[in-house]
Amino acid sequence: MSKFVSALNNEAYAGGIADVREIGLQGMITLRGDLSSAAVKSAATSVASLSMPEAGQASTDGQHGLCWMSPDELLVLCPHDAVAANLEKMGQSLGDAHALYVDVSDARAVFELSGPHAREVLAKLVPVDLSPAAFTSGMFRRSRMAQIPAAFWLHAPDTFRIVTFRSNAQYAFDLLKVAAQPGSEVGYF
Amino acid sequence: MLILTCPCCGVTGEETEFHAGGEAHLKRFGPGSSEDQFEEYLFMRENPKGVHFERWRHVNGCGKWFHAARNTMTLEVYGTYSAQTHTPPQDLRDRISEKVPGWSWREFQ
Amino acid sequence: MSTRLATGGRLLNKSRALTFTFNGKSMKGFEGDTLASALLANDQMLVGRSFKYHRPRGIVASGAEEPNGLVNLGQGGRFEPNQRVTTTELFDGLTAKSQNHWPSLDFDVGALNSKMSRFMPAGFYYKTFMYPRPLWKHVYEPFIRKAAGLGAAPKDRDDDTYEHFYAFCDVLVIGGGVAGLQAAKAAADTGARVMLIEQTAHWGGRAPVDGGEVAGKSVDNFVDETVAALEAMENVTLRRRMMGAGVYDHGYVLGYERLTDHAPDAVGPRHRLWRIRAAQIVTATGAIERPLSFAGNDIPGVMLASAVRDYVTDFGVSPGDRTVVVTNNDNAYLTAIALKNAGLDVPAILDARVLPTDSALMAQAKSLGIRVLMGHGVSKVQGGKRVTGVAICSQAGEGSVLEEIACDVVAMSGGWSPVVHLWSHCGGKLVWDAGQAAFKPDVDKAPTGADGKPFVTAAGTASGALLLGDVLADADAAGKAAATAAGHAPAKGAAQAPDASHAPEAPMAPVWLMPQGAGIALRNKAWLDYQNDVKVSDVQLAAQEGFQSVEHAKRYTTLGMATDQGKLSNINGLAILSDSLNQPIPQTGTTTFRPPYTPISMGSIGGEARGDVFQPVRRTPMHAWHAENGAEWEPVGQWRRPYAYVRSGESSHDAVMRETKNARDNLGLLDASTLGKIIVRGPDAGKFLDMMYTNMMSTLKPGKCRYGLMCDENGFLIDDGVVARIDDDTWLCHTTTGGAERIHSHMEEWLQTEWWTWQVYVANVTEQYAQIAVVGPKARKALEHLGGMDVSAETMGFMDWADGTLGGFDVRVFRISFSGELSYEIAVKASQGQALWDALMAVGADLGVMPYGTECLHILRAEKGFIMIGDESDGTIIPQDLGLHWAISKKKEDFIGKRGQERSHMVDPTRWQLVGLETVDKSTLPDGAYAVAEGTNANGQRATEGRVTSTYHSPNLDRGIAMGLVLNGPDRMGEVLTFPGTDGKAYKAKIVSPVFYDPEGEKPNV
Repeated sequence: MSKFVSALNNEAYAGGIADVREIGLQGMITLRGDLSSAAVKSAATSVASLSMPEAGQASTDGQHGLCWMSPDELLVLCPHDAVAANLEKMGQSLGDAHALYVDVSDARAVFELSGPHAREVLAKLVPVDLSPAAFTSGMFRRSRMAQIPAAFWLHAPDTFRIVTFRSNAQYAFDLLKVAAQPGSEVGYF
Repeated sequence: MLILTCPCCGVTGEETEFHAGGEAHLKRFGPGSSEDQFEEYLFMRENPKGVHFERWRHVNGCGKWFHAARNTMTLEVYGTYSAQTHTPPQDLRDRISEKVPGWSWREFQ
Repeated sequence: MSTRLATGGRLLNKSRALTFTFNGKSMKGFEGDTLASALLANDQMLVGRSFKYHRPRGIVASGAEEPNGLVNLGQGGRFEPNQRVTTTELFDGLTAKSQNHWPSLDFDVGALNSKMSRFMPAGFYYKTFMYPRPLWKHVYEPFIRKAAGLGAAPKDRDDDTYEHFYAFCDVLVIGGGVAGLQAAKAAADTGARVMLIEQTAHWGGRAPVDGGEVAGKSVDNFVDETVAALEAMENVTLRRRMMGAGVYDHGYVLGYERLTDHAPDAVGPRHRLWRIRAAQIVTATGAIERPLSFAGNDIPGVMLASAVRDYVTDFGVSPGDRTVVVTNNDNAYLTAIALKNAGLDVPAILDARVLPTDSALMAQAKSLGIRVLMGHGVSKVQGGKRVTGVAICSQAGEGSVLEEIACDVVAMSGGWSPVVHLWSHCGGKLVWDAGQAAFKPDVDKAPTGADGKPFVTAAGTASGALLLGDVLADADAAGKAAATAAGHAPAKGAAQAPDASHAPEAPMAPVWLMPQGAGIALRNKAWLDYQNDVKVSDVQLAAQEGFQSVEHAKRYTTLGMATDQGKLSNINGLAILSDSLNQPIPQTGTTTFRPPYTPISMGSIGGEARGDVFQPVRRTPMHAWHAENGAEWEPVGQWRRPYAYVRSGESSHDAVMRETKNARDNLGLLDASTLGKIIVRGPDAGKFLDMMYTNMMSTLKPGKCRYGLMCDENGFLIDDGVVARIDDDTWLCHTTTGGAERIHSHMEEWLQTEWWTWQVYVANVTEQYAQIAVVGPKARKALEHLGGMDVSAETMGFMDWADGTLGGFDVRVFRISFSGELSYEIAVKASQGQALWDALMAVGADLGVMPYGTECLHILRAEKGFIMIGDESDGTIIPQDLGLHWAISKKKEDFIGKRGQERSHMVDPTRWQLVGLETVDKSTLPDGAYAVAEGTNANGQRATEGRVTSTYHSPNLDRGIAMGLVLNGPDRMGEVLTFPGTDGKAYKAKIVSPVFYDPEGEKPNV
């Protein structure tokens, strides 16, 4: 079996006002179904012992997570090498319930943006209120980052995880690098 | 640039997160329909100066379609509501009536 | 002459001298200077030439309203034209060049235009350059292009970087003068999140220059204390050097922050464009003094009275030794007093008013020994490149000269106009204030937001309150009202605006022309718009010629259309227009105020989007390999796909020919990862896909593939691709490269908005997989070399798919062909895409493997007569036009597009039909060429009977091949058509079957 390689193979940039790095492979499963049904809930929670997220929220713990994508869609996070087993588990939990669950790990790239200026670096690119009062831990936001779709949450204080499509990975990384360029502190938050 | 609240995910976002999808509450006519019906469905649109009902999609967000009641003159947004309905909700229509007495749009008032 | 004074200059740091150059001449200034104050300190009165007549022009103002002082600033990658000297902070090493003159600022040939000005009235260009028409291209246009334009266009790439920033607040206060400070404080005291922005580098606006007392102390003290209080508040953000550029719908504001213009060596972006969403906006944007319209009011040395006082007080600069003040209001007396106190001479104040008693300021001026002439005005300013004197007259008369007074500066004041731009940008209406002879915000008609409620409040002088005490009270109320509207009502007993004292002022008197009865000779030299050279007589002529609407008169005369957008000229111009039309000013109204308030840099608008991140470029997992192996790129949407892999010594055409032959003879590899892949799953998925596709997908068996077409409701073809049935409930739909997102949205739209009860979920998994097409007679051998699953003809027939392993990779193999060769498309997880590609290249080495690009793909499919979305289809083509009847179900009652295809025009037998085209001489038809027919159409153009949709040189057939749409084409096999090319040749091509290669389909069938 040959090696799995993420879009940017863990490329990192530490020369600016915030650190940027592609975190490498992250397992992700799209789960679509009736999020209030017992079958879908148990399928989601069978993969990670996390609570079902409310609208606009994510329950995350390390490489595991349940992220609310839309009223009928979750993004399930798990280690990359656990996806196949988890898909099987989810299939068993779902039984005959009408649902769709599919591996999307390799369709995405995940970035970490961290440091005291992380909020303002991201606020240069996304049309979202990222002030500490408005964007808090536990929130999960899908929006646009400059010209591409992106989803993000606070993985830790002053540390964002940002998900983009894999094909946009280089653009996203370059974009974050530009936004984090030296001397570009905003001082707004 | 407008701000809209997506009724599906609750996010209030700026217009660049959304995509306008034309007039709301069109009735589809397929095979077997008359020329007039099909023309009405495919081409004929309201162009009001005032209250209007539109379809929008939260494209850079939850991806869901929804409806918005808007004023094309003042750009006031009276409300947004589910895409899975053929009629604007009564409470929204009442709210519009309070602000624009006597409004009408297609068969709705 | 203008010079630096020994004392004064509240904004200067005189311990830090700076050196700069103007037109190559080295000059000195101080830290804190603007380029304007530094130029004046060096006696540089002449700073530029006007746009149309090339008249000598000097600095008029001291702020954003400056119309004349525009320079080419910087050099190379830091060059920028049209920079206002009044808003350019001086820095060491600054280089500026004046604009719009040839050969030099002092001697300008274009100034002849000025002598000709009586022959160049309003509408001159429209009237003169119409006829004879042939002269336009070679005479008129080159002449106008050479003469027109202010600064030079930059030639080098911009060295600086720019960025955007998204900010949100409850109350945004625009303008950091005393009104803005008070409004911000009042709003911030409620706990609201407040942002206060100021376009200059200094807080306090012009109050510290004009003086007055707040709470018994000097106004400077109030400014310092309020700034300190705001800085200490956590809920307040203060930004200087940040202009409110525009107010837009729903509380959206663009803030233009100039980070390094004053410190070009600083690290970081040059400008930051703030995209602010504010619940409430307070515009505390101040007021702008109006010029007076008298003959010669554009001669260098004629300045706004307030600007003269700014230069003296703020920068310790004397604009001249002897200043005549001409005014219609009390405020300009402050200038005379300031000059006198600085030890300069004020020979006279010409006051157009006739007042019963002296006001306090008048008395003060007189007590300083200044001669005050009431009821007087300027007949004519004397001088050429600078003022030498004024001829004075009675304001009530026609301009007979009563006396001539030598002077080198004329300080004029026609009253003050509130800066209503930001109030008006988003629909705020104005009301005429007869007392101040100015438009001010109509508080009952503010711009309204998403909730239908007002979201802009004007404060201070911007709302029409001109005196210090009124300003602070108005601003305090505005700040509290804005906070309340944003959901933060002030507490009971909240602090009130401090008391302020100021000298009472006598009423101003509107003066739109000086003298009132000025004849044509004087009106011809009375300038309204300095930058665009519009005179009183031009506006009068426009009215006379019927341009009565203010918007028409503006465009006809170009009044207010220069880069200053008429900040000084508009009110004066429309007063003249109103007078000509014999109607009151409010009836004439104003032109529309549009953002930005002053021009903002193109760089800031682009923000981060330049260079590598100008736009997203989508890359497949094998992108880097392609780049390293000679790929020339073809943009397909945002994707970059290899067009061909060009080897050294080869042309692109050679490479395409080589790849195309090799794929038929040996083995080709194509990166097909960009093709869309959409999972459709659910109990109703079959029913849904039968609606989406023109053919039947519900009957497809698991393990099988079927080619499908998608149309829109018009019936027009929008996409095609191979559909694979994965299991009972699940289908995988392939789309075109450009179609993945579009078709995914199309499916979601129908599911969410029409058939929402159907049980179907879709997911776009395009990028989950790298997909590689293994193509050619040796394709199977290559897969067998990799080893793993059985890909023999017996196990995996044409249009079968299967999951398995190849070379240790978990793969899904589709036996499909877009080339007419034996072909497998192999999908593997994207994170293994490069590894599989490498493995295929390795096992293919002995089989003559070559990667091939999109051009080869096109030729291979064209040789087989396969259509390409975007070539054979263009949004007006139905599948029936392309002979694809076989892919349109006759059994289905309904599918998207079925009703549309039944319309009379769609079933018209004269619709052009797809055929193959074979050139008689084997040459290649020009792309998009039309076949001509006998006669002409209704427009007198040559009739046509067909057009080329795809055309290539086929190396396998060694000839040009093409597809096209031709009138009754399929019934005209063998007929020869004529296609005139843009190269002047007429190409002859025979109508043939579109299947040029292997018509029996034997090659893939092995």
